Amino acid sequence: MFIRHETIEKNVILMVVLTLITVSIGGLVQIIPLFTIESTIERVDGVRPYSPLEQMGRNIYVREGCYLCHSQQIRPFKDEVERYGPYSLAAESMYDRPFQWGSKRTGPDLARVGGRYSNDWHVAHLVSPRAVVPESVMPAYPFLAQRKLDYADIADHLKALRAVGTPYSDEMIANARADLVAQVNPDADPTALLKRYPRAVVGKFNGQSEAITELDALIAYLQMMGTLVRFGDLPPERLRQ
Amino acid sequence: MSSQAVVSADHRPAPRYVEDVIRAALVLTMFWGIVAFSAGVVIAAQLVWPQLSFDSEYLTFGRLRPLHTSAAIFAFGGTALIGTAFHVVQRTCRTRLFGGAPLGWFVLLGYQLFIVVAASGYLMGITQSKEYAEPEWYADLWLTIVWVAYLVAYLGTVLKREEPHIYVANWFYLAFIITIAMLHIVNNLAVPVSFAGTKSYGAWSGVQDAMIQWWYGHNAVGFFLTAAFLGMMYYYIPKAANRPIYSYRLSIVHFWSLVFLYIWAGPHHLHYTSLPDWAQTLGMVFSVMLWMPSWGGMINGLMTLSGAWDKLRTDPGLRFSVTAVGFYGMATFEGPVMSIKAVNSLSHYTDWTIGHVHSGALGWVAFIVFGTMYYLVPKMWNRPAMWSTRLIGWHYWIATIGIVLYITAMWVSGIMQGLMWRAYDELGFLQYSFVETVAAMHPFYVIRLLGGVFFLSGGLIMAYNMWRTVRGEPEAAADATRQAVAA
Repeated sequence: MFIRHETIEKNVILMVVLTLITVSIGGLVQIIPLFTIESTIERVDGVRPYSPLEQMGRNIYVREGCYLCHSQQIRPFKDEVERYGPYSLAAESMYDRPFQWGSKRTGPDLARVGGRYSNDWHVAHLVSPRAVVPESVMPAYPFLAQRKLDYADIADHLKALRAVGTPYSDEMIANARADLVAQVNPDADPTALLKRYPRAVVGKFNGQSEAITELDALIAYLQMMGTLVRFGDLPPERLRQ
Repeated sequence: MSSQAVVSADHRPAPRYVEDVIRAALVLTMFWGIVAFSAGVVIAAQLVWPQLSFDSEYLTFGRLRPLHTSAAIFAFGGTALIGTAFHVVQRTCRTRLFGGAPLGWFVLLGYQLFIVVAASGYLMGITQSKEYAEPEWYADLWLTIVWVAYLVAYLGTVLKREEPHIYVANWFYLAFIITIAMLHIVNNLAVPVSFAGTKSYGAWSGVQDAMIQWWYGHNAVGFFLTAAFLGMMYYYIPKAANRPIYSYRLSIVHFWSLVFLYIWAGPHHLHYTSLPDWAQTLGMVFSVMLWMPSWGGMINGLMTLSGAWDKLRTDPGLRFSVTAVGFYGMATFEGPVMSIKAVNSLSHYTDWTIGHVHSGALGWVAFIVFGTMYYLVPKMWNRPAMWSTRLIGWHYWIATIGIVLYITAMWVSGIMQGLMWRAYDELGFLQYSFVETVAAMHPFYVIRLLGGVFFLSGGLIMAYNMWRTVRGEPEAAADATRQAVAA
């Protein structure tokens, strides 16, 4: 233990090894238990992998860097719970790749925005934010309403997600395309979709276009955010981490 | 001058250092600095006038903000670090760069390619949307190759050194290179959807992804923006002041305590989130402890000036470096304060965080780079001094006023925002709707923009001064000495 520091200063390999050990400790102590302690993720019902349309909408959220101004993480404070709803659980983001908790609220938190506004409100707001909220500083996203969603490789997305650990079944992957189309078609029979993805919101989200647009996917994602866990019938001990 | 000083000290001829790469790095650093400051001014303006995204998908805040942060941290800061690392390691080891000019050019140009690929991707919407780790899998892989080459060049040079001791600046540069490699690889593990496409999904999800991301993110601050620039401080401040480091023992304590403690601080970015409490508490405790080594380093840097304080009046370049250490001390006090959970409950999600980051990024990182460049540019181009000392003084004051405007505006708006969010009226209802807090930010966003314009103007003055210095006739005497040494 009591080697002279001079020895380290004259041996660069020793210095590199000691530095590597020194910088590894903190990360190992903080990260590994999060994978081994089972209660890290609360045992709540309802959380499921994203439906194909929701996942594509989430990818647009990620692509546009929405997290730079909107958090998805409600803290357990009275004002936040009153403003946004029940505080966020680790379980609710367990299928989020990447996590989008964010670190800045230039705009409001979105963790429970699902069901708060109508689809038409979202369309109007995303196309022209200041037409709906005059004081808003959000950029306008009119191009999302026109551009067709590229979902040709949706099954590959689900496969890649399964490769990193999201529990998509063979059936989900085989029906990925059909499920995506069904979720945006209010006239189709949603039984199979809802069996695979309970509580998925079905509808033609973007009324401005006949086609399946990027805006449809994004709004499908926004409308399900924070809606999967039913807090009313949740015993408190299930929330203990 | 340093090489000649060494020659006259013990009459050994100086080795033929690789210097073209360093000169190129200095020019690129200046270029990326202007890009980063300009991008910052643009997005600051967008928060004042949101119409400035012109309904274009390529100009939204969400796509430009990573461009600004990456340009500042990785392009401006990273290029400065590569250039100065190669300068410091060759001089302090008194040997030519391992791998010579080819390896040096590969590292510098390979890194530039990474920046261009990553930044153009952001504009097209190619991003992982993990803060400060936005580049997608192919850019990450390329950076890994470049980074290994950087380590090989650096370590190889230290291994074949002609000096018995490894000078303290090298400890910091080495710790930076090793730790960034570790963080980069673990945080960016991902599976691409297709090898022909850009999109990938990360190996980590949810709460574990959050912890790993901020273990990475906070130590991008700790090792990229702190340890590495401390290496810069430990070489260039003693050089410019012509004084030895204040305390050798303090450097040892500073180094080991800093690299040990920093890595634990990540969870303070996740206070009161769904990250388990034990991890948050660890993050807070270590963040507060981190105050001590940070100030130890600040004291070591500042006290190196003892007996040479008068140089601050005559050498505005050194004034930049010393002010940088002062801002470092301020930011590393503010950081631990903000990491205390009670304070963080107010400051998190607000502009206070943005102000804190900028007192570090503008006050510490950019100022230590400016100070170093004002020392290094005349040396590398064999000029007696910068073209204009007066313009360095102008740059100093304009940039300082810019920082003060920026951080005070963000303190006021951040604290106000935090207080408005939690305000209740006498009937027990939330007093303000969210959008009222947005509207209240407006005047402070204008002041912040003004601060940014000041800082950018200072950068343009520096670029002009640098261009005139590089273009000017080399000093005949210095040139003669150089030829004599080479012969």
